[in-house]
Amino acid sequence: MQMSGAQMVCEAIIAEGVKTVFGYPGGAIMHVYDEIYKQNGFEHILNRHEQAAVHAADGYARATGEVGVAMVTSGPGFTNAVTGLATAYMDSIPLVVISGQVPLSLIGTDGFQEIDAVGISRPCTKHNFLVRTIEELPRILKEAFYIARSGRPGPVLVDVPKDITVAVGNFIYPETVNIPTYKPTYKGNKKQIEKAVEAIKKAKKPLIYVGGGAVLSNASDLVRELAEKTQIPAVETLMARGVMGAKNPLLLGMLGMHGNYASNMAMSETDLIIALGARFDDRVTGKLSEFARYADIIHVDIDPANIAKLVDVDYPIVGDVYDVLENMIPLLENVNTDRYQAWREILKRYDTLHPQSYVDSDDVLKPQWVIERVGELVGENAIITSDVGQHQMWAAQHYPFDRPRQWINSGGLGTMGFGFPAALGAKRAFPEKTVINVTGDGSILMNMQELVTAAEYKIPVINLILNNHFLGMVRQWQTFFYEKRYSQTDLTFQPNWKALAEACGGIGYDVATKKEFDAALKDAIEQDKVCFMNIAINRFENVLPMVPAGGALFNMMLPQSEEK
Amino acid sequence: MGAETMKDERRVISIIVMNESSVLARVTALFAGRGYNIESLTVAPIPNSEMSHITIETKGNAKVMEQITKQLHKLIPVYKVIEHEEMVEKEMVLVKFPIAENLSDIAALCKAYNGGIVNVGKEMIIAQVADEPMRIQHFIEAAQRYNPCEIVRSGVVAIER
Repeated sequence: MQMSGAQMVCEAIIAEGVKTVFGYPGGAIMHVYDEIYKQNGFEHILNRHEQAAVHAADGYARATGEVGVAMVTSGPGFTNAVTGLATAYMDSIPLVVISGQVPLSLIGTDGFQEIDAVGISRPCTKHNFLVRTIEELPRILKEAFYIARSGRPGPVLVDVPKDITVAVGNFIYPETVNIPTYKPTYKGNKKQIEKAVEAIKKAKKPLIYVGGGAVLSNASDLVRELAEKTQIPAVETLMARGVMGAKNPLLLGMLGMHGNYASNMAMSETDLIIALGARFDDRVTGKLSEFARYADIIHVDIDPANIAKLVDVDYPIVGDVYDVLENMIPLLENVNTDRYQAWREILKRYDTLHPQSYVDSDDVLKPQWVIERVGELVGENAIITSDVGQHQMWAAQHYPFDRPRQWINSGGLGTMGFGFPAALGAKRAFPEKTVINVTGDGSILMNMQELVTAAEYKIPVINLILNNHFLGMVRQWQTFFYEKRYSQTDLTFQPNWKALAEACGGIGYDVATKKEFDAALKDAIEQDKVCFMNIAINRFENVLPMVPAGGALFNMMLPQSEEK
Repeated sequence: MGAETMKDERRVISIIVMNESSVLARVTALFAGRGYNIESLTVAPIPNSEMSHITIETKGNAKVMEQITKQLHKLIPVYKVIEHEEMVEKEMVLVKFPIAENLSDIAALCKAYNGGIVNVGKEMIIAQVADEPMRIQHFIEAAQRYNPCEIVRSGVVAIER
């Protein structure tokens, strides 16, 4: 069928089954927006900043597991999108971002709103394309979606010059993709899996180390089955919260810089790590030379480059966590679970000794209480997004995540301003769920313009602003490591949050007590309107436990009440 | 990992890539972005195919080399990465000498390194030598006494035996 490049872009999005596109128009992408106007195969949400559009598509992708799509114009439209691309890249989130580009004849001339988009995005995309002919456009669009979702997922940029969107060509959307240079490995090597199983059977103190890859490969059920069948305890990374389920007795908690005592001690003392889609990030390992010194390592990862990148691996298995566990679990049929009984008891004692805890107060709201309370009130039905900082860690530590994709945050890049737009994407994907962005008085301002988007499209997400009048995480480091020199972290000067939300068509709450919080949250859920809930919390609350950067995982700063 | 494998070593790798625009930029950006060395680099299309052959001479310990190979593999247009073990490697050098120098000496020197004088102008002569990189190095050192005014090395190409 003959059609313009702009139409092809829309047809491809429809053919891929995408229901919602997030974006922002501009000169170079106008022909595509003209086609968006004419079609009704998908809806378009006009975010108020390109970064937010990409984060929204990202939140949509994380909540659904499908490819998120964002659209931006050339030049500043694209550069604004870069933080969104990098955020998705670091967390392996499947996105297709379509950017306008100046006409081919102008490329390289420093034309108006021209920037080398493929050059800039090369290190923060899984792959990118600059479309050069109308003939290759259908294939490129197909490949973009395929590359984004297959193998280790990631964002793909398609940069489309304006004259290509005008040009007319024959559109046949390819049914299959054949890229001879790109063949991801899904099935793990059988022999390697057998060897790993033997190691599990011989281990005394094995530990399942679950990463975000388990979420991406939808392997949560199998991870739980593995733990259940073997009775091997598990720790989750920040990105894996929800995979095991908070009520799971085999889950020790989150490990790493702000992991709980039992999890970090388990990692330090285990004799066999079973790493499932985890990449031994520095926030997880602490000082590498002290990390898991007694452990052999089974590492299952779809990306070979993750294996043996930071730690030496004894049983490398390249493959999708789901596929590998499907083959591994039957081989563990007759595993002797008593074998690990002593180990489980040691870990239980660790957890009793220093449980994840905080000292509550009747005088001032504690952020941990707020998170736990949200868990009690909305629990399983909610999707929780977060920004980056103390509030993110408190949410990760204290919220009872029951399922994967319930917890959406920027782990790898640590992007402040991610939570609110990501919440919009998640809410659009699951309108029946309560979607709550746990944020801080620093982060929320980085994409607060999305109040307008949320109000216009009636996307009622709840922003819980854990307000300590500080850039709290930096302030915490300044307290611990910079002799309390609070350089540029004091946020005493604040907007009127309630008025701000109302000015943009949302609602606002000011909350300072438990009673007020309960009432506000109930009201916010009933109101069905976007809201800012300004929650005054204890100003100098710290995120604990904490492994100081570069320190060994077992050297944790613990909550003070517990230091006996 | 033992100390032996953590030693920096010179390595030559061949990268077979789709011959498409910006593929070289992807490869070099990866080296720059991840802090790997490029000592020399050559690239040319492979005859009768849609692929190109990139040869990179680099330095790194075993762990770094493993990462380089894996990271290169992740690039979508990369078809194959060969970490050369048993290879034939060659490099070419062009050297410009003033015509006032002893031409027969220069010709003899070039001959000793499988090369010769390829161009004679009014004021300059140009000599060409193609040989193993180490021998090219020796040739350049030996050529110093004839006051070379320009030396252009091609970078290494290699083929597995």
